[in-house]
Amino acid sequence: MQLSLTTKTMFIPFIMAGDPHPDITVELALALQEAGADILELGVPYSDPLADGPIIQRATSRALKHKMNLPKAIELVPVLRKKGVKIPIILFTYYNPVLQLGEEFFFTLVKENGVDGVLIPDLPFEESGPIRKLSAEAGVACISLVAPTSKQRIEKIASSAQGFLYCVSSLGVTGVRDTLPDELESFLMEVKQYSRVPVAVGFGISTSEQVSMLKNYSDGIIIGSALVQKMEQLGDRLLHEETKQEALNEFQRYAQMLTAPLGKRCTP
Amino acid sequence: MMYKEPNENGRFGEFGGKFVPETLMLPLEEIERELEKAMADPTFRTEYMDSLQEYSGRPTSLTFVKNLTEKFNGAKIYLKREDLNHTGAHKINNAIGQVLLAKRMGKKKLIAETGAGQHGVAAATVAARFGMECIVFMGEEDIKRQELNVFRMKLLGAEVVPVFSGNRTLKDATNEAIRYWVQHCDDHFYMIGSVVGPHPYPKMVREFQRIIGDEAKQQFLEREGKLPEVVVACVGGGSNAIGTFYPFLDDEVALIGVEAAGKGTNTPYHAATITKGTKGVIHGSLTYLLQDEYGQILEPYSISAGLDYPGVGPEHAYLASIGRVQYESVTDEEALHAFQLLAREEGIIPAIESAHALAHTFKLVPHLPKDSAVLVCLSGRGDKDVQAIMNREKGGADIAAISND
Repeated sequence: MQLSLTTKTMFIPFIMAGDPHPDITVELALALQEAGADILELGVPYSDPLADGPIIQRATSRALKHKMNLPKAIELVPVLRKKGVKIPIILFTYYNPVLQLGEEFFFTLVKENGVDGVLIPDLPFEESGPIRKLSAEAGVACISLVAPTSKQRIEKIASSAQGFLYCVSSLGVTGVRDTLPDELESFLMEVKQYSRVPVAVGFGISTSEQVSMLKNYSDGIIIGSALVQKMEQLGDRLLHEETKQEALNEFQRYAQMLTAPLGKRCTP
Repeated sequence: MMYKEPNENGRFGEFGGKFVPETLMLPLEEIERELEKAMADPTFRTEYMDSLQEYSGRPTSLTFVKNLTEKFNGAKIYLKREDLNHTGAHKINNAIGQVLLAKRMGKKKLIAETGAGQHGVAAATVAARFGMECIVFMGEEDIKRQELNVFRMKLLGAEVVPVFSGNRTLKDATNEAIRYWVQHCDDHFYMIGSVVGPHPYPKMVREFQRIIGDEAKQQFLEREGKLPEVVVACVGGGSNAIGTFYPFLDDEVALIGVEAAGKGTNTPYHAATITKGTKGVIHGSLTYLLQDEYGQILEPYSISAGLDYPGVGPEHAYLASIGRVQYESVTDEEALHAFQLLAREEGIIPAIESAHALAHTFKLVPHLPKDSAVLVCLSGRGDKDVQAIMNREKGGADIAAISND
């Protein structure tokens, strides 16, 4: 995945494959693309999501009830393409499902199905050697994370980053937060010094004010829990034929409202 | 010593490692560095040994169980009495070690996860003793099973946080403890209770539990003038087993770890991770675990809350893979029978966890020569289990079964 550094800050939404139902994932992705998403992060449900807070944990449970799993999530990507999703798609999966599928087979599937990148939140730099090698061979970006605790680790992680570099905004798991740490700005500036790829920020971002503040310091803004929470609120309306379109419109408007500070969006 | 695992990356052979979110990498590096310094510091070593002696009552006894040895008419049975520790189990050895390390690192707040509540009690105890705050994560199901220990932790001044995710047992409590740690790693110390988790935890907990085997080896040599032929310990995460086995790894001694077979390893209701599991990552470590074909971790089952864990320490996975330790499993019923037998014949009420090790030992000894000996780690006492077993005997609901059915 080649992303060029532009002045435009990217909108990178996260949704969980199969939540609230595998059929609706495609339409949610399209709504996000309409709302101006630049990259889609597609989550794969895992029984023990250590980096996720309660909102994504609930999304995981719903998706698991519909028997969503890693190969099915990968196979969803060509379906998304066929239905008109054109933006790059990053697969967000924990490491154990990848191990069970087999690392080489995982990248075979990823490549075959046109996945642009993978992000494994519990695979730190030191353990990621074999995965990086395979992702490079497959021509798929392996997204790295840096956290506020990374400090002296930032340089080595940033210098080998592919696709974009994911900055974890604050200590903790995914979720919606009212406030972000004061040091976030200087943390992002430091990361940008070392990074050759765009620097995106995520974890906790849930208001347009936060988006407005962060757009000056980052090349991309990742929003997950806030969108999943909105989807939870829409609930059954997303599942019934007669209310679905209206609910999807509301979901899209919410995404547009959150990201309004990023400027007028146009469909790619 | 010939045995040198783990390597500098925290790998026991291929097992172990650090599979955690980036946020935790620096805290783990700090613990690793401070642990190394502490272990090389004679003052730390002295403080640890003094606390074990003066506060926990070590060394614990080595007890020859004469009545049962005669009954089975085979190998002599010796028990390493970790039940005689302060707080009633081996968990305190590790809690003392880690709290001293936390203190050295200037941390004032402890996080712990607990299953049966023994590690939670140990953590709450040392927190009280060393003037620290303590927050313990415990599955809601285990809270029901181990009411007494929950109250003990509260008496000791700890905050007990119920965990409602998953099967509401040890795995879920550990997930939640790790999530809390990610959020609070700047000023909290995470005190893991077993030889599980990311490097350096499996190594650190081994270092603080090897006192069991070190003492037992010396005591046994004094009593019998030789080493035991067989050493047996129960394995959930596996800290009492690693602590007992480690000093014997280079000796010609058979080592047997006993897992919980629950309602049988041919049913879905067991926690026999090495016997039935496959390779995967759980709680930051590559090891054997119970999982489905898509890598979703399965809910384990055992009557014993302390063995009810879908993973196992990575060092056990390694020792199993090289064939140095043999892993067996015993069912709930067999463990309950052993529990009663030790109580009636020897006047010792074991923890239901330790009763698993006893049950296998009782199967084994009749087939061994009379001049041989089996050393069993009696990892804890059974006071905490009495209520559940009483209910069961009264014909009440099977407490353990509620969690899975």
